[in-house]
Amino acid sequence: MKIQSVKDLAKITKEYRQELYGPDCVKVNIGMASCGIAAGAMDSFEEAKKAFSDNKNVQICQTGCIGFCEKEPLVEIFSKNKPRIMYRELTKDKIVDAIHGYINNDLASNKKSILGQMKDPRSLLEDDIPNPVDEFEPEKEIPYLEDIPFYKGQMKIALRNCGYIDPDNIKEYIAKKGYLSFLQALDENKPRQIIKTIKESGLRGRGGGGFPTGIKWETCAKHDGDRYIICNADEGDPGAYMDRSILEGDPHTVLEGMLIAGLAIGSNTGFMYVRNEYPLAVKRLLNAIKQATEYGLLGKNIAGSNFSFEIKISTGAGAFVCGESTALMASLEGNVGRPKAKYVHTVEKGFRDNPSNLNNVETFANVPAILLKGADWHAGIGTSNSKGTKAFSLVGKVKNTGLIEVPMGMPLKEIVFNMGGGVPKKKKFKAVQTGGPSGGCIPEKFMDIPVDYQRLAEVGSIMGSGGMIAMDQDTCMVDLARYFIDFLKDESCGQCTPCREGLKQMLDILTRICQGHGREGDIELLEELGAMIQKFSLCGLGTSAPNPVLTTILYFRDEYEAHIKEKKCPSGVCKALFHYEIDKDACTGCGLCAKKCPQVAITGEKKKPHALDQEKCIKCGICYDSCKFDAIVIK
Amino acid sequence: MNEIKPSQDDANETINYLELDQIIENDFNSEKENLIMILQAIQRRYNYLPKPTLSYLSEKLGVPYSKIYEVGTFYSTFSLKPRGKNIISICLGTACHVRGGDRVREKIEDTLKIKDGETTEDKKFTLESVRCIGCCSLGPVVKINEDMHGRIMSDKIETILDQYE
Repeated sequence: MKIQSVKDLAKITKEYRQELYGPDCVKVNIGMASCGIAAGAMDSFEEAKKAFSDNKNVQICQTGCIGFCEKEPLVEIFSKNKPRIMYRELTKDKIVDAIHGYINNDLASNKKSILGQMKDPRSLLEDDIPNPVDEFEPEKEIPYLEDIPFYKGQMKIALRNCGYIDPDNIKEYIAKKGYLSFLQALDENKPRQIIKTIKESGLRGRGGGGFPTGIKWETCAKHDGDRYIICNADEGDPGAYMDRSILEGDPHTVLEGMLIAGLAIGSNTGFMYVRNEYPLAVKRLLNAIKQATEYGLLGKNIAGSNFSFEIKISTGAGAFVCGESTALMASLEGNVGRPKAKYVHTVEKGFRDNPSNLNNVETFANVPAILLKGADWHAGIGTSNSKGTKAFSLVGKVKNTGLIEVPMGMPLKEIVFNMGGGVPKKKKFKAVQTGGPSGGCIPEKFMDIPVDYQRLAEVGSIMGSGGMIAMDQDTCMVDLARYFIDFLKDESCGQCTPCREGLKQMLDILTRICQGHGREGDIELLEELGAMIQKFSLCGLGTSAPNPVLTTILYFRDEYEAHIKEKKCPSGVCKALFHYEIDKDACTGCGLCAKKCPQVAITGEKKKPHALDQEKCIKCGICYDSCKFDAIVIK
Repeated sequence: MNEIKPSQDDANETINYLELDQIIENDFNSEKENLIMILQAIQRRYNYLPKPTLSYLSEKLGVPYSKIYEVGTFYSTFSLKPRGKNIISICLGTACHVRGGDRVREKIEDTLKIKDGETTEDKKFTLESVRCIGCCSLGPVVKINEDMHGRIMSDKIETILDQYE
């Protein structure tokens, strides 16, 4: 069918809302984003399909990622007038039991697999309809999902549908008020009004730069030519996967955001530049484009208007630098991704030398919500210079890893220690890294600072695209700095000397320090080199590249000094600078380490302290990771 | 100019030019802008980029061979050398790095007796380190072909590798 008007959307919404909120059958929603699949969701899906193939009253469906990746596979089971139960770690051996239990009203026998019950399945765009969960009594024994620490305090705008709808079914997106803001905007046909709303909303680019989105749109619209809307889905920051989750869980919201941008700026063509490492995202996007085209929401004369828009997908080929706007556009043209100096901005002369507006996935995902709820609503969330919400992938050394979206202004410590649950295995928290290779490490003493573009910059880091990597006592900050420079040296496109040669020199020095050959004066040399690279590099990659080194020197200078002067790696990472020992008092002689040691370097009698042969030890760390009594110590 | 000469590996590869035409003309409209995606399609077909296909592509698209070579070597996805039957992508993104991804890499290198970027002699495995597959919550992650293996500890490597023929 072709959608002609807002009325057509309302019809689908009415029909399909029941599917989402009160299905007559038992619906099993399995989180099937890449992370879920890696944890075994596909096996669970097939197992459940097989077991209930003859049962019409049970429907097995897929959704995107609801965020709590640590507990994947996550499965929600719900039915009309019954609580919506979210199950965790529902692998293929558990899923069938859990579904039977739900059908027979026996939740107790699968209690261990239950994460919580849903308090409100509506997105924040749906506050005009009653909460379907209010229609029945909640389950007394089960906590609300929204109240468990990981979800408490979250506010989902960009991720509002991820995990709630089937990403391959456009109707479910429409039933969640999808394409409504676009069609309303199309009816009104006031491009300047859209830009005004986005400007007033205070939305800033979520890809890392934080440039005000409305101003970018306005400038692009001023320049003549074949204007292009480009979506940057080349999420290259290691440790960040917000965009992947949005593309895999709710591809239509990105398409809708691009359509609105096209309407506002006056463009008929959109491009999505997607990372090659995200095959599932590409698959779901292609399907979403196909469906949107079938419904007449993409293509020629959309909904009978004179506005036409098409979206093409291009896949990247593994180059971090292509996240930079000019490099991305060069890559779209089929060239190598080398950035250009921005004497002329891409909004004036970008892709094919035409005005090009580039925004990131998360930025586009925010746009439909802002248009529907209004600029004031969005501007009312967050801090004075950072409005709205930000999605983060909270990973590394925290108990609850996963994807979160929080209002700007939330203190870092609340995210890491409350939502993330702190550091596992009773280890000591050291720092949190934001902003990927362009960002910095924030030590514990600054954990009070809020999520805010300005405040993060003040402590030497950046908001970045949303990677938030927690580190504990086992993370060596010198090694981490070396890791980032190694990454950036590989990813430097090589055309400007400060970045190409400077990073290589920095890497040489850092490697030397990690190998125990650090010299007096190396820290100062790194600082000098870093300042030079920041000042003279051509593009954003180079100018921000020294950040991880400079912030670790600033906050963890003692670790650098320990490496250089004492030839010690206090965290036990740099192999040349430490060795393992067995603490005879702590060792219970359980024998676990001896069993696991690939070198047979650990020997001893049962229930008696073991001994470690330093000659044989290769410092693989298996014993250190597996000891339950902290008896393996770093010296 | 040496680069244009097919290597020994290329000589062993039979190129189906009709099929190549299909890719270039039908799937990608012979457009220069689609060069990267055409190369990806060729690599999907042959598992690497055989040099004869590149010189053919150069003529078909009217793009200098030097430029195709430049693109083929700039982007890390492309390989000009034949790769193994199974591609092991070890994630060395930040989250995997702080959770011991390097130790996993070393273990794989020791087990298969190859270094990062190399292929085993029996052409069974190629080891490639990648920067973030986006499954950070399950780190350290190893992807073998299309299968993800999350929360890998180095003592589990051998069992996992044994699953692949």
